[in-house]
Amino acid sequence: MNMRESQFNPEQFSKAVLELTVRNHPGVMSHVSGLFARRAFNVEGILCMPVGDGAQSIIWLLVREDERLPQMVSQVAKLEDVLSVARHGADHRVFERLEAFFA
Amino acid sequence: MKYTGAQLVVRLLEQQGITTVAGIPGGAALPLYDALAERGTIRHVLARHEQGAGFIAQGMARATGKAAVCIASSGPGATNLVTAIADAKLDSIPLVCITGQVPLSMIGTDAFQEVDTYGISIPVTKHNYLVRNVADLLQVIPEAFRLAESGRPGPVWIDIPKDVQMASIEIDTLPQPGRPDAAPAVDMDELRRAAELINAAKSPVLYLGGGIVTAGASAQAVMLAEQAGLPTTMTLMALGTMPSDHPLSLGMLGMHGARFTNYILEESDLLIVLGARFDDRAIGKAEQFCPNAAIVHVDIDAAELGKIKRPHVGIHGDVSQVLERLLPLIQVQLRKPWLTRVSELRSRHPLLMPGLENPRSHYGLIDAVASALDPKHADDAIITTDVGQHQMWVAQAYPFTRPRQCLTSGGLGTMGFGMPAALGAAIAEPDRTVICFSGDGSFMMNIQELATMADENANVKIILMNNQSLGMVHQQQDMFYKRRLFAVDYQRRSDFVRIAQGFGIEACDLDTAEDPRAMLADALNHHGPCLIHCSIDVEAKVLPIVPPGASNIEMIGG
Ligand SMILES: Cc1ncc(C[n+]2csc(CCOP(=O)(O)OP(=O)(O)O)c2C)c(N)n1
Ligand SMILES: [Mg+2]
Repeated sequence: MNMRESQFNPEQFSKAVLELTVRNHPGVMSHVSGLFARRAFNVEGILCMPVGDGAQSIIWLLVREDERLPQMVSQVAKLEDVLSVARHGADHRVFERLEAFFA
Repeated sequence: MKYTGAQLVVRLLEQQGITTVAGIPGGAALPLYDALAERGTIRHVLARHEQGAGFIAQGMARATGKAAVCIASSGPGATNLVTAIADAKLDSIPLVCITGQVPLSMIGTDAFQEVDTYGISIPVTKHNYLVRNVADLLQVIPEAFRLAESGRPGPVWIDIPKDVQMASIEIDTLPQPGRPDAAPAVDMDELRRAAELINAAKSPVLYLGGGIVTAGASAQAVMLAEQAGLPTTMTLMALGTMPSDHPLSLGMLGMHGARFTNYILEESDLLIVLGARFDDRAIGKAEQFCPNAAIVHVDIDAAELGKIKRPHVGIHGDVSQVLERLLPLIQVQLRKPWLTRVSELRSRHPLLMPGLENPRSHYGLIDAVASALDPKHADDAIITTDVGQHQMWVAQAYPFTRPRQCLTSGGLGTMGFGMPAALGAAIAEPDRTVICFSGDGSFMMNIQELATMADENANVKIILMNNQSLGMVHQQQDMFYKRRLFAVDYQRRSDFVRIAQGFGIEACDLDTAEDPRAMLADALNHHGPCLIHCSIDVEAKVLPIVPPGASNIEMIGG
C-alpha cells in the first residue's frame, strides 16, 4: 500500500466499500489480497473481524472506484472461501469511523 | 474403522475412481506412499521430474475430462510442480495435486524442504488447502474433486503435513465422493434475446472456445452452425470441436489464423462466442476486434462476461445446457449471401502451406503423419504438441476431427508440455495412438520423461521437428527485431535418435530415410513408444502472423 495515499481522505478519489463474508481461516486474507495485488489494484483500507461463532469473518475493503472494479468484484466472488460480496457506495461509514486511529 | 491420514487419502482417491496417479516421492510424502504401497489399488507412474508428473496428470485429464492426480513431496517437489499446475489453471484443466509438507509443528521454522506451498499455490490454482487436521481430509478430498470438476474446471492443490498423514482417525463410513455441482439456471430472457440476434443477423460468425470441449457440447455447436448457417472459427483450445473438413469451418482465428478467417471475422455483424474468453492471441487488439459485430457471449465463468469485450447478450451457464435450450429457437437459414461472401474470402485469401507435398518439411511432415495413420483409426489418434512454431503449424495444418483430439498448452504456452502430456493421454486411453509433435527446444525441457515412457511402454509417437533452434523466438527476432538473432540457435547438434535409444525408446530419422513416408507409416502403426526425428528449415515461418499489439487484420505474410 502506498504510504501517502493510505492517509484516508475521502475527497481524494471516488471510492467504494466492499463487504466480503468469508470463511475464517488463516489463508483467506492471502487469497483476497493476492487478487488485488496481481492486478495492481490498490486497496486503500482493509478491516477484518470474525462474526458469529467465528466460523466466518467479514472483510471490509476500501477501494478506488474505477472501471476495473466490476471485474475485481467478479473475481473476488469466484474465490471459494468468499461466501458473498456486497458493494457499498461512497456513503458507507465503516472506514470513516476509524479515522480517529489514523490521525 | 481406524485409518491414518495417508490411508484415508488413498481410500478417498479410490472412491473418486482414481486408478492411476503420477508423482515422485520424498520425505514429507512417505506416509502417503507407504499407504499407496500397502493398499495396492492405485497404479503410480513414477515420473523423473515433478513437472513431468504434473503434465502426465494433465494428459490424463485432458484426454478424459476427469480430474487426474499428481503427487509430490514438500519443498522442491512442490515447487517443481508449479509450472504444470499453472498451465492447468490457464487452460481450465481439472487436476488434484497432493503434496507432502513438513510436520505442522515445524511449519514456519524454515525446516528442511519447507516452502510455503499454500502461499505459492494460491495464484496458480482454482483453490488450495493446507490440511491441519486429519479429520479435515474427510471434507477436503471430496471437495477438491468437486471443485476441480465443477463449473469452469481447474487445478486444486492439497498440502498435507507429514504428521497429519500419520495421525489416525476412527470413522464408521467414508464420506461420499465429490461430484461436480449442477450448472446455474439459464436465464431464458437472455436466451431469447440471443436467439433474436442470431435469427436477425446478416453476417454472423460462431466462435468456439475450450469451454465447448469441457461441456461436451461440440455436436450441439455443430448443429447450431448448420441450423443457422454460421461460419465457425475455433480457438487453439477448441480445435476439433467442429471437424476441420466441415464446410462451415474457418479453422483457428487470431495471431496465426488464416487470412480469410480474420477477414471474415472483420466483416461479421454478430459474434456468437461460446466457452471462449477473448484471449489476446485470438483477438489481437481488443478494441479493433470485429468492430461491427454485436456479441453474444456464453460462459460458465460469470467473470468472463465483460472481462475483455462487453457482450450485448451475456449468458452465464453451461454451454451444453444453453445450446439445448437455444437450438429450438433458432431458425433454419441458408444464409446464401453471407456464405457466398465467406467462400469468396476463403478462396481469395487461403491458408498457404508451402511444401505440403514434401514429408521432410514443416507442413508436409504434419500432413504426412496424418496420412500415414491407418484411416480406420485416424480419428481415434490423440495429438499433443509442445510450444513454438511446430505447435502453430500443427494447429493450422492437422486435420482435427473430434474434441479432445488436440491437447496443447494454450494459455500458459509451456514448452515441455507435449511429451509428458502425451504419456498421460496414452496411459488414460491405452487403445489410442498418441502423437506428440515437439520441437527441439521444448523436447529438452522434459526429455527425462522418455525414461517414464519406456517404463510404461506407452503408445506414444514423438515427431521431433528439429530446427536446431528456438524457432518461434528466431522468427520473432527475424521479423520484429531487425533479424538480430540472439540466444535462439543451438550451437551443437544433439543426437536425439541416440538419446531416445539410450532411454530405451525406438527411434528413427526421416533425414536419412530412403522412403520417409514408409518409415512414418511403419513407426506410427505398430504399438509402443517411438521417436521420429526430422530436420526442419530454421528459416521456415509461421504465417500469417499478427504483429504484437496489432489488430487481427494487420497480418503479415501468408
Ligand atoms: C517454458 C518456456 N520457456 C520459454 C518460452 C518462450 N518460447 C516460446 S516458443 C519458444 C521456442 C520453442 O522452440 P522449439 O520447442 O524448438 O519449437 P520451434 O519454435 O523451434 O518449433 C520459446 C523459447 C516458453 N513458451 N516456455
Ligand atoms: Mg526448434
